[in-house]
Amino acid sequence: MALPPPDPQFVLRGTSAAVHTLHFSCGGQEPDVPILFSGSENGLIHVWNLKTRRVDTALDGHGRNSVYCVETMGSKDRLLSQGRDQRICLWDLAEGRMSVTDSVFTENVGFCRCSLLKVAQRRWLMAMASKALEEVQILELPSKTSVCTLKPEVGAKLGMPMCLKLWQLSCGSQPLLLAGYEDGSVVLWNLSMGKAMSRLVCHQEPVMSLDFDLEKTKGISGSSEKVLSIWSLNEQQNLQAYKTHGLVNAGISDITIRPDKKILATAGWDHRIRIFGWKKMKPLAVLDYHTATVHCVSFSDHNQPSERLLAAGSKDHRISIWSIYTQA
Amino acid sequence: ACFTLGGLDCSISFVSHVLGKVCVQGRQKEMLGVLVPRLTELTRSDCIWQRMCWRLLECVPERWMEAVLLGFLQTAPGADVLSRLLGNLAVKNKKAQFVLTQKVLLLQYSHKTAVLQNLLGYLSLDPLRRPLLVKVLQELLETWGSSSAVRHSPPEQQLYISKAILICLSHVKESEIESCRQELLTSMMEGVKCHLDSNLPRIRRLGMIVAESVSSKINTDGPVLKFQYEEDDEARELKSLLVQTSPCCAVPSLPDEEENEKAAVLPSASGSGKESQTVAPVVPAEESDTELDSDDDLIPYDMSEDKELRTKAPLYLRDCIEVLTGCEDVDKWEATVKALESLIRKNPAAAREVSVELAKLLLHLEEKTCIEGFVELRQRAQVAVLTTDPIPVAQYLTSQFYSLNYSLRQRVDILDVLVLAAQELSCPKSQGKTKHSVAPKPGIQLLPGSDSSKDWRRIVDERIKSKTRRIATGQAQVELPSGPNEFNSVAGHFFFPLIQHFDRPLTTFDLLGEDHFVLGRLVHTLAVLMYLAVNTVAVTAMGKALLEFVWTLRFHTDCYVRQGLLSCVSSMLLSVPAERLLEDMTDELLETQCWLGDVVEKDPDGDCRRLALQNLLLMENLKKKLQIVPS
Repeated sequence: MALPPPDPQFVLRGTSAAVHTLHFSCGGQEPDVPILFSGSENGLIHVWNLKTRRVDTALDGHGRNSVYCVETMGSKDRLLSQGRDQRICLWDLAEGRMSVTDSVFTENVGFCRCSLLKVAQRRWLMAMASKALEEVQILELPSKTSVCTLKPEVGAKLGMPMCLKLWQLSCGSQPLLLAGYEDGSVVLWNLSMGKAMSRLVCHQEPVMSLDFDLEKTKGISGSSEKVLSIWSLNEQQNLQAYKTHGLVNAGISDITIRPDKKILATAGWDHRIRIFGWKKMKPLAVLDYHTATVHCVSFSDHNQPSERLLAAGSKDHRISIWSIYTQA
Repeated sequence: ACFTLGGLDCSISFVSHVLGKVCVQGRQKEMLGVLVPRLTELTRSDCIWQRMCWRLLECVPERWMEAVLLGFLQTAPGADVLSRLLGNLAVKNKKAQFVLTQKVLLLQYSHKTAVLQNLLGYLSLDPLRRPLLVKVLQELLETWGSSSAVRHSPPEQQLYISKAILICLSHVKESEIESCRQELLTSMMEGVKCHLDSNLPRIRRLGMIVAESVSSKINTDGPVLKFQYEEDDEARELKSLLVQTSPCCAVPSLPDEEENEKAAVLPSASGSGKESQTVAPVVPAEESDTELDSDDDLIPYDMSEDKELRTKAPLYLRDCIEVLTGCEDVDKWEATVKALESLIRKNPAAAREVSVELAKLLLHLEEKTCIEGFVELRQRAQVAVLTTDPIPVAQYLTSQFYSLNYSLRQRVDILDVLVLAAQELSCPKSQGKTKHSVAPKPGIQLLPGSDSSKDWRRIVDERIKSKTRRIATGQAQVELPSGPNEFNSVAGHFFFPLIQHFDRPLTTFDLLGEDHFVLGRLVHTLAVLMYLAVNTVAVTAMGKALLEFVWTLRFHTDCYVRQGLLSCVSSMLLSVPAERLLEDMTDELLETQCWLGDVVEKDPDGDCRRLALQNLLLMENLKKKLQIVPS
């Protein structure tokens, strides 16, 4: 007899607006507190103290425009945020400061979240949708120099880039980008050559979110349909369809694979968070707490597996925190 | 009485005379209460006694025959006993034949079912008498089928004749009705038409039951008539008459069959329901993967609650209109219909902008999928629109009532919606605002969808009861919280347009002609609107118009219409202030009083007579009230 699904461990309230993005920073040693960053539709970034479960600070850097991406760069004192004011802001939060040290004007009015990759000590690559419709621009941070611009060939009709993932097989190898587009295809880009290496049409509808497992070179993407698409990369760096998994209700906003590659979580338009086993896509749980679309899911980076958490942010202004499948 | 066992020629005519005289004086029970059991015993096996009994009855003078026969019919314990006692009296004696086959069946209707059973059973028990049975059946059906009988005879008589027909049917054999099958069929078809045309549901049901029974008896080898109607005690009793203890009758055990069908359907439905509920996360079939499966460590949780999210209804009224006018998606359509009423009530400003459009849409809305309670949902939405924006929507609805090309259902819908909205507007909105707990309203609430006229009769009766003076004092009624009567400003808009055009026939709608059902409903609606208009400014004008309307229709042939007219008078007497009545409408009131007196004495319908009497009492009370209170 299967157990009923667990309840959230706790719920964070106080954003007063739909939550679009979440990012944990819990890897620090004592006396560092575990932190969760959340970006909301009202332009604020809330820094949640997971010990007290309260907001430590609220950062206002996007002029009341929705923040739809937050990432840390190395530590919890270096924050990157992306908002609908067409800006990507870099923050310095050390020692209680709340200042924007730098910003990038993307001139892009879309919703595509940028992707960060650390290539060297204090050198980052950032992929972001740029001004022109189908293009993705790669910048180096913190210098903000353009590395390359990835333009699809004429007639490809990919549409807007919807989601990006920068990765490299190991430190030092060439960085690659997986981009999901409006037409439902996922494209693998080689950054050094600036060319597309492979393209796979995974969905009939725009790709809403994707995530990739480096070790197994297997990825998963979700769109506005009722299907999740799992694909893999073979030795020739070609994308191949692996299988699909049908869903009960259509619409996925976000997918994320847990760092230990055991499970993955999807954020659904039907207000539910679904947990699957990554190996075989075995459905494990359906977490039904939110009362509106879940916009984002994120796994924490706790050093102790037993402390690992899953966070989900929703349009109903709540962030639910779950502790699920935490046995090593 | 004990007889001497003389020869067969002993004269019993003296006894017959005595018997006859006693019976005609009304002493049947006492006399026959003793005589019949005795005779029953004696005639059980003794032919001589049987012959003596027959002779006894044959010698009863004609003028007393009816009383005697009625007595026997009432006291005989069964048809077989009656057969022994009467013998072939019905065949030999003209007067007896007349009484048994005509008078008791067609001209009287106060006898119990047992009497009918006795009589018809008696006719069926001897081959000499059976032709009489067939003849009786034919005549009964003819009477049952005549439209004037259906319209003018009291329901009790119609019930009586129907019972007689059913009992006859249970006795006749197929061979006997072979010859007259066609006539029976014709009578039945005509009869069904008249019965279904009637406004009273009871008559309609009688028609349906009898027609079904006749059809099943006549058309044994073809499709039979089958109607749908409400089963209640009366229906069950009628159907039980078709079953006789003699085995030669076909028993249409419809209620039992239906029950068995339902019972059979239920288990299968619950069975399939259970299947869909089973938890489905069975591990998908293993592919040819030889990898060690570390996923097995992870135990799934219960996911049986994970079902498809149902389509949400639109959140804006204009979206609703779009969905209802053109959308192909049936799920969305269903969700919209269910959500419509609450949307209208929550967004009164938005509703006012599109009120007439919504009203038009709802009036023409047909059921697209099988939603539960569609009619009620539509009606509630219509009421919500009408109460939110009363004047324009009332203007629209009343104008459509008299327009071409609407079905009866739609016209009656309009009337029902007007009544429900009027009730809502005229009642103080006490929900959520009462600070002290008050007992629920003592009046009877009209539920949407119910048969309005019956409930309104009860409400009017309650009002009348509250106005009649009682000698014993009852409990003081709790004071209800009061609020402004919103019906005041719009009562006229509801009422006057409805009354305006009733005498103008259109090609598809003729209130004074065929569509008397709608006329009946219209009249009842006007009575309710009048009742609700108490204390409004327009009430006197409404009262006058209503009284004139009633006056022109007072001789209408349909009793449902007449009942409605009398309710109108009641409402008017209760709503219009007494001073206005007696000052402005004295002449009309006097005329009405005369008419009411006539109705009390001469109207064939019991309900009409009762209503007329109530109205006369109300008028009396009015006069007394004004005389008591000075100035």
